[in-house]
Formats: sequence, C-alpha cells, structure tokens
Amino acid sequence: MSVRALLQSRWLPAVAVAAIVVVLPLLFPSMYYYRVAALVFIFALAVVGLNLLMGFAGQVSLGHAGFLGIGAYAVAIGPVHLGLPSWLCLLAGAAISGAVAFMVGRPILRLKGHYLAVATLGFGLLVAIVLTNEAGWTGGPDGMNVPTLALFGWRARGSGTWYWIAGLTFVVGFLLARNLMESPTGRALQAIHDSEIAACVLGIDVASKKLTIFIISAVYASVAGSYLALFNGLVTPDVAGFLRSIELVAMVVLGGMGSIFGSLVGAVVLVVLPQVLTIFHEYEQALLGLIVMVFMIFLRRGIVPSLAASFAGWRK
Amino acid sequence: MTMLEAERLAITFGGVRAIDGVNISIASGQVFSIIGPNGSGKTTLLNLVSGIYTPHDGSIRLAGTTVTGLAPDQLARRGLSRTFQNLQIFSRMTALENVMVGRHRHERTGILADLLHLPSVKRQNEATAEAARAALARVGLADAAFRPAGSLAYGALKRLEIARALASEPTLLLLDEPAAGCNPVETRELDQVIRAVVKEGVTVVLVEHDMRLVMNISDRVHVLARGRTLAEGTPQEVRANAEVIEAYLGAHGLREAAHALD
Repeated sequence: MSVRALLQSRWLPAVAVAAIVVVLPLLFPSMYYYRVAALVFIFALAVVGLNLLMGFAGQVSLGHAGFLGIGAYAVAIGPVHLGLPSWLCLLAGAAISGAVAFMVGRPILRLKGHYLAVATLGFGLLVAIVLTNEAGWTGGPDGMNVPTLALFGWRARGSGTWYWIAGLTFVVGFLLARNLMESPTGRALQAIHDSEIAACVLGIDVASKKLTIFIISAVYASVAGSYLALFNGLVTPDVAGFLRSIELVAMVVLGGMGSIFGSLVGAVVLVVLPQVLTIFHEYEQALLGLIVMVFMIFLRRGIVPSLAASFAGWRK
Repeated sequence: MTMLEAERLAITFGGVRAIDGVNISIASGQVFSIIGPNGSGKTTLLNLVSGIYTPHDGSIRLAGTTVTGLAPDQLARRGLSRTFQNLQIFSRMTALENVMVGRHRHERTGILADLLHLPSVKRQNEATAEAARAALARVGLADAAFRPAGSLAYGALKRLEIARALASEPTLLLLDEPAAGCNPVETRELDQVIRAVVKEGVTVVLVEHDMRLVMNISDRVHVLARGRTLAEGTPQEVRANAEVIEAYLGAHGLREAAHALD
C-alpha cells in the first residue's frame, strides 16, 4: 500500500493508534509509566464499548462496571475455585457478560433516558452486592488474589508485558468499533439515537439493535475487567462499584460521545490526571473535579469532537 | 388490486375518539389524499396505518394481508414508508447517511461481518451509498449529500425525508404535509416528484393542506372532520360537496375555505 493510499484509507485511524502504542514506550523513563499506560488502555477498551452504547446508540448505562466485575471475577474464580486456565475464564467471562447483558437488556432497554439510567444503576449495584456477599466464592469485601495469566507455559507478568497486551487489544477493539460504525448496523444505531420513530418506520428493529449494542459493550467491559484483574493480581468488589461505572461514563463524555478516539483521550485524562495530581495531596480529588468541570465548560462536546470542530473552523 | 384497506378504524385518546369508524380503501398506484381541518385526525390516521398507533377497533390490510397491530418496522419491511409532519431527521448524520438509513431493509449483513468489515460489508456500503445518492438527486439534494443534516434549511429537510422514504423503495408511501413551509416553486417540484413516484407504481397517501396540490394530483380525496369520514370522492366530487365546504367554514373561516376550494 502506497503512503498516499494509506493516508486516504479508512484504516488510517487504527494505524495511527497502533503507531502510538508502538512508539509511546520510547518516551517512558521508568516501568511506572508502563503501568499507567497499561491501565489507560485497559480502561479505554471498556470506554470504547460504553461509547458505542452511549455515544452512538444514545443509550445510557450507569451500571457498566457490573460487566467489568463479571470479567474480573471470572479470571479470579475460574482458576482458583474451578482450576480452569485463565485465558478460558477470560473468554467465559465475556460470554457470561454477553448472556447477562442479553437477559438484563431485554426488559430494561425499553426504558428511556433517566429511567434507563436508574435501571442500569440498579444492575451495577446488584453485581457489586453479589460479589461482596458471596464471600465463599469471591472473598467478600477483601476480594481475592488472581492467578497469573499463562499461555503455553508463558506467563504474562509485569507492567511491560501488560502494556503490550492491553495496547494491542485496544487497537483491535478500536478497529472493530470503527468498523461497526461504518456498517449497516452502525448507521441503524446512530439513527436510533436521533429519532427512534424514524428508525422504526425505515424497518429498523429498534429493540434488537439496542440489545445487540448493549451486549457488545458488555463484552468490551468484561474483557477490560479481566485484564484489570489479571494485571493487578488482585480483585475486590470495588471493580464493579458505582464509582467505577460513573468513572467510565465520565471518560466517555469527557473524551467525546460518539468519538472512538475520544474514548482513549477520556481514559488518558481520568487515569493519568489523578497520578499527576497526587503531588497536591489532599487537594487531589478537588483539583480533579475542578479540571473535569473546566474541560466540560470549554469543550462541551467532549475533548476530541470540540477540538476537531475548532480545528476544522480554523483551517477554513 | 387494493393496496391499503382499513375497516371501522377507531382509536381513543383520553376519552376523545380521535379516529372513529373510518373506512378507507386505496387502489394500487393511486394518489389518495386525506384532508380536513386541523385536529380532524389526519396524522392520527397515518399513525394508525403506519403502525405507530395500534387501533382500538377495526382492521388494516396491506396488499391483501391483515397487518393490524404490526409494529412500524414490520410494516416497513412489507414496503410501507412515510415522512413526518414535524420532521424526524437524523440530525447528527449527513444528508447522504440519512438516506442510506432508508436502505436498511435492503441491506443484508450480519453483526460479525459488520464488526470485521468483511468485503460483503464494503460492497453493501457502496451499493447503499449509490442508491442513496440517486434518491437525493431525485429530490434535488445531490449537492447537499455531505452536509450535516442538522445544517439544512426546513424545505431541504422536508425533501430529505422524502428521499429517505423513497430510498426504502416503498410500495406504499405516506406523506404527512410534504408541502408545509414550501414556496410555490418547491411545491411544483414536489408535485413532479410525486407524479414520478406514482408512475413507478408506488401508491401514495397524501395528508396536505395545500389544496391546489391536493386537487391537482389526487385520484381520490378523503375528507375527515372530528375523526369521522365526512366525504370521499374524486377531487371534483369533493370540491362540489356542500358538507365539505361547511366543515372548512366552521373550522377555518370563510377566507381559507374560499382559498382552499377555489
């Protein structure tokens, strides 16, 4: 493929993101940076999935950490209690999350706006409570250790390794999401966002499309949850908690609803910023809140769409 | 052949009989207009026929098959398409993408193919875009293809909705006040578009206040007043019907009646 063909290609954004993943480590002065970057990519993966649901299809979920929790505990409970290999548990977790999304989504995706928000919130709380109370399986509020991911005798350990696993998975997730948006299904989802009634009279099965994207976004979150648990080597019910769900939503909105690249930017800001702000000690959280507010006031459509719009205006 | 047949249709909202025992029968390939004063139930009737409301009584047959109670998307897949009086535009998408959504019922790809952007999806996208461009050209919006729909003027959006409905290749097309907000030139163009569509064998149901358009283009005119049928016939018959004139007189005043029925 010539350079020009590449520059005009629909694959360009994915290639650009892959280049970021490859080049970034050259700038890392220490292992700590690998760790933060790995967390960024893990969260960005979940955020891409949630953005498909929120930004494209226009359906809010305040309980997405519930799927993060299912994925995380799948790679903890499976190997520890059932003696299954971690990679199989990761896939099983994704399948379970998809199945749960199917069962939960059918009744609650009929709801709209605030009602859907509260129903998904309830789902997230439910998962967190089950994970806390089923102490025999989950270790209760203290959580449990997660065995290392092993594939053919190779063991995925350390921030460097996880940087590459998370980074490359994010590239794949990014690519799939962009593919989806430029397909008949993607157009149908965006149509549902703007006018359900018009989508419906054009032959789109609104309920089934919403359910499809809810399941896909649940699978994204589940894989991210599994990675998070395997990377940390420890999992607690907080992974499925309300604050985590809100954090994911904040990343979507901050980066830009409907912008797949914005999902990465949102994750960068909300993962890196708290690390930077630790130098302010007790004011860390307050400053974080303030900065997020300022971002939203000046870049109200989210960082990426707002900057893209002002850049387009400036070029004219 | 009868394209659309509705018998004893009725629906009640909060005790008000919005549509009360209406019968319609529309022959294939006709332009069938529904007129009546504001609040007479025209849009409600379209909402019943297109499956947005489920009738409390009565039945609807589409091309001979009973479709009472089917959802709008099921009816769309049987060839029914419509536009809306108060626009339902996908404002975040471009004009072209809006019309591409209209092709949905002709698109055949699965979710896995879509995620992986298989060659079948690529071909599908190209075919859909081409059909959508053709539909945009029919309503004179070819130049606006890549503009965000939200940035188009009202008249253009009216035509965009028609292009979107046409892109679905309907056999029955319901137009809810397509000429509202159009200037005389645009209304003439609309007249041409409707005639061209009918020539292709599409049956058109038109709800419209522009009486010149209605009287020029319709094969049959159905007059509603307070949810009931007041009269039905050819444009000439309806024009000559004293009851119709009175309905307009009562609701709109003398001047509009004179304008509407001159």
